[in-house]
Amino acid sequence: MQDLRETWVYLSASPLLHLTLTLAAFVLASFLYRRAGLNPLLNPVLLSVIAIVALLYASGTSYDTYFDGAQFVHFLLGPATVALAVPLYRQFEQVRKSALAIGVSLLCGAATSAATAVAIAWALGAQPQSIVSLAPKSVTAPVAMGIAEQLGGIPSLTAVIVILTGIVGATLGPLLLNLLGIRDWAARGFAIGAASHGIGTARALQVNELAGAFSGLAMGLNALATAILLPVAWKLLF
Amino acid sequence: MLEYLTFILACQLAGEFVVTSLDIPIPGPVVGMLLLFGFLLIRGEVPGQLARVTDALLRNLSLLFVPAGVGVMLHFKLLGTDAVPLAVALLVSTLATIAVTALLMVALRRRPATEDTREK
Repeated sequence: MQDLRETWVYLSASPLLHLTLTLAAFVLASFLYRRAGLNPLLNPVLLSVIAIVALLYASGTSYDTYFDGAQFVHFLLGPATVALAVPLYRQFEQVRKSALAIGVSLLCGAATSAATAVAIAWALGAQPQSIVSLAPKSVTAPVAMGIAEQLGGIPSLTAVIVILTGIVGATLGPLLLNLLGIRDWAARGFAIGAASHGIGTARALQVNELAGAFSGLAMGLNALATAILLPVAWKLLF
Repeated sequence: MLEYLTFILACQLAGEFVVTSLDIPIPGPVVGMLLLFGFLLIRGEVPGQLARVTDALLRNLSLLFVPAGVGVMLHFKLLGTDAVPLAVALLVSTLATIAVTALLMVALRRRPATEDTREK
């Protein structure tokens, strides 16, 4: 029999181990999430991230080593974004009827997101680089990172903030919407997508197709609007 | 099915090409989404084989955010020093965004033509 230690060294250097870890953690987290009746608080992204980070820390594995395996999953974000065209097309009739509402709510939502985040972090004394990295937090990760770079923030910190924002929106958003008494699936989906991009959209798609389509739409439009308007607003204000 | 997976990747590739050659600050996949949407508008329906690919991708959309999320471990230090302001800003701002967007949508959206709701 081979030395177990050698086997471990070999396996931990191959992408297979961390790819399997990513999928296994998610499968387990999804099982718990479904068992709990899609309770938003048991968001599978949140649970998997906590489990994986804990395991990587315990085994002394670096993020780079982990990402060598996980990148195959990460890569699919691009094609999945393209795929959002299908639910959008299926619900196009609904979307067209609400064009004005969509435009106004999106611009106000995007402005609220950037303005309140920056104002609160500044008032509570966060460091300038953290504040800048926070500004594009509601935008889908690749765009947000580009915007943060343009404004002088830290792109990888922005990526983390974006994911956390997504998790907060997907876990607490549905509860807030219930509290506000909003039952229109289009409005629910649109708000979740505008505030918490793809993670919110993933949740919305599981719950209702109309909500999913509006959420995907809000995500795409927010990416466009913030990418164009935030750098301009930033230059005018600071 | 493979044809449409290729087609989706081609849309993304075309999107990346447009974005880099025109130097616009929008991610390639978002432009790819618009291209696929344009195709569907012209085609007038969603081909069954395409739906199988996109449904498979979107059913597991959450999974795709896990690798980036694990990146949180790179920033524990900075997140530590600014933990309180970042956490409060993130929480309050995200919920405020959801509330503002949802309330405006409900207020402005033309309700689907409701029939006489008064029951006799």
